[in-house]
Amino acid sequence: MSKVEEIKQRIEQSLPGSVAEVEDTVGDDNHFRAVVTAAQFAGRTRIEQHRMINEIFAGELGGRIHALSIKTQTPDATVAEGAG
Amino acid sequence: METELREHLQKLINENEIILFMKGNPDAPACGFSARASSILNALDKPYAAVDILPDPRIREQLTAISEWPTIPQLFVKGELVGGSDIMVEMYDSGELAELIGAEQPRPEDTPPAAHAEPQPPAIQLENRLD
Repeated sequence: MSKVEEIKQRIEQSLPGSVAEVEDTVGDDNHFRAVVTAAQFAGRTRIEQHRMINEIFAGELGGRIHALSIKTQTPDATVAEGAG
Repeated sequence: METELREHLQKLINENEIILFMKGNPDAPACGFSARASSILNALDKPYAAVDILPDPRIREQLTAISEWPTIPQLFVKGELVGGSDIMVEMYDSGELAELIGAEQPRPEDTPPAAHAEPQPPAIQLENRLD
């Protein structure tokens, strides 16, 4: 399994119902970007949302997975952006 | 010794309203993510402290112990972790970062942020008191 596929599956398994779009940004199987849409993010700060993803790969970021860029959103993005 | 370093880092976080822990320094970032983070702060034109984590691996270890954030760069504002470069980019684009640090949001035509870097105070050098 490619790391792209692995990262996608691990995120989606950890956050049931979520959708993770993962790409290899440089083409070196080492730098990834994940856009994660999950209802579980609702009501959480960006830091908390990113921590939910970081925790899935604890100890691997910077190592086996050199770089994982993350963007988080809720299924209803207009709610996630919010006002104020 | 690790405790002493951690306390020193915590003190820097507490005493500097805006502090960026990065690889390299704003004039010579040593990583693309750190470059992005410092150029965003430069664009917002507010003075900030910058700490290079590269000179000693223990700096990063102890910083991570404080922040529980796995990657570099890390931005703290008023003693609170704001995030890494992804969050900084999102918050810069939405204007939230400017609001948070009390800066004026540059007009879109002024971007990209790297375009007009203001001179910054020299990066904080961590004294090596560990050896």
